[in-house]
Amino acid sequence: MHSTKSTYVSKMVSELKPSGIRKFFDLAAGMDGVISLGVGEPDFVTSWHVREAAIASLEQGYTSYTANAGLLELREEIANYMKTQFKVEYSPDTEIIVTVGASSAIDIAMRTILDPGDEVIVIEPCFVSYTPMVTLAGGVAVTVQALKENDFKIQPNQLKAVITGKTKAIMLCSPNNPTGTMLNTEELQAIADLAIEYDLLIIADEIYAELVYDEEYTSMAAIEGMQERTILVSGFSKSFAMTGWRLGFVCAPPEISEAMLKIHQYALMCASTTAQYGALEALRNGRPDVDEMVKSYRRRRNYIVQSLNEIGLTCHAPGGAFYAFPSIESTGLTSQEFAEQLLLKEGVAVVPGDVFGESGEGHIRCSYASSLEQLQEAVKRMKYFIDSL
Amino acid sequence: MKLTNNELEIVEILEKNARITTEDIAKMIGISVEETEQSIKKLEYNKIIVRYISLIDWTKIEDHPGVRAMIDVKVTPKRGVGFDDIAERIYRFDEVSSVYLMSGTYDLSIIIEGKSMNEVANFVSRKLSILDSVISTTTHFILKKYKHDGIIFEPDNKDKRIVVSP
Repeated sequence: MHSTKSTYVSKMVSELKPSGIRKFFDLAAGMDGVISLGVGEPDFVTSWHVREAAIASLEQGYTSYTANAGLLELREEIANYMKTQFKVEYSPDTEIIVTVGASSAIDIAMRTILDPGDEVIVIEPCFVSYTPMVTLAGGVAVTVQALKENDFKIQPNQLKAVITGKTKAIMLCSPNNPTGTMLNTEELQAIADLAIEYDLLIIADEIYAELVYDEEYTSMAAIEGMQERTILVSGFSKSFAMTGWRLGFVCAPPEISEAMLKIHQYALMCASTTAQYGALEALRNGRPDVDEMVKSYRRRRNYIVQSLNEIGLTCHAPGGAFYAFPSIESTGLTSQEFAEQLLLKEGVAVVPGDVFGESGEGHIRCSYASSLEQLQEAVKRMKYFIDSL
Repeated sequence: MKLTNNELEIVEILEKNARITTEDIAKMIGISVEETEQSIKKLEYNKIIVRYISLIDWTKIEDHPGVRAMIDVKVTPKRGVGFDDIAERIYRFDEVSSVYLMSGTYDLSIIIEGKSMNEVANFVSRKLSILDSVISTTTHFILKKYKHDGIIFEPDNKDKRIVVSP
């Protein structure tokens, strides 16, 4: 048996922690009859007119590369979309790049702005990729914990406490995966004030911006004085239910965009042409789809939040995304134990909160992007599980 | 009648699933069960909710032969009552499940259900075409139902997502 560390793999990569989600995927994948609330993507299939447009583009022979930054028509539609939906104006020629999902947008953003040793503040609990992407770009991720008692909203003084001379940027995700927490205009303003005071960039992951249920959404770039220091990351995965198409985009000031485009062109060339034609159709004619999906998510959010609270898992009402993030502290189990036992005993898959960061411990992430029938059954099984403890 | 947002929500939820409990509807909208109950009563009283029915795929049931046909009917409208009089004479037949007044090359579109093609043929020849106002009929039998009132009959409902993802 070989137990020695492979010498072919770089030190940096071999030291990278594997995602804690992997373990649950392996466990759940081998089981029958599992109800999964562990899925981080919409349960809707991409609308037919979008799929049909992509098929048509293939039939018509649009199978070659596009411009590095993406189809100009698509960038024009994105500019139009950002202006209409989020009140921020970007030039399709110099400030928008179509990427391979929001993930590649975050990746090129990090690689563009970080010199070795530069720090990025990462607010946990958060999407599992932020910290590794900072590391892989040669930077240092400085984590700071959004706390349950603040409804998982980061407090400006917490950010201020970790800002150093090396801090280059704050990674911000609102609405947040896994907590569903959305920051309102005043809360964004407070973070913006810090960014301006300390001359920091904000990498704003706004992939869930369309999926908001209570308050109107404000983009970080729409805060006065912030567009010039915001790298806005978004995409089609969540709002248009297009996760598998791998299509995102990034909007940033011309100087940063130009630099990001260098990496994008060398590393990826361009995003999938077929996916870009699908996205074009989604932006042009997909508004009613988004409205319908938001309506449906809102109902399911209301349902799951109240149901979880009823069975003793206290849960704040998440303002956006499609995750509930209830506390399981009352059970006395760690989030890993809870998730594992729930899966093995009752066949319900959830994601333990600690995989999203330290302050996620004591919580589980329940995606409500599942049919109402599945949610009802999951809640029933969870109640049974809790009562049996 | 103008509905409140919550009443609209209720109608939309019930239209998709008439068997959902009042408790679940209340949870989904975020209002009390009592309020939901009252709203539903009001919607029923005002005939906005006309009936609760089920969509059955009869073709799956053994020993239940049945055919459906769509019939295009040209008629002569009558003074004073236009098409309404002849439409009523037609929709009163039990076999007739729908009647629409159409624009275009014919006037009434009828959907009829029968036990067999013979039965439908008999209806057309013995009951429908002999009516005074009926000028002509064209009968189309339905061979297979793929989608009805927005519901796909054999949808591919398989969840193709991986079970756990970030």
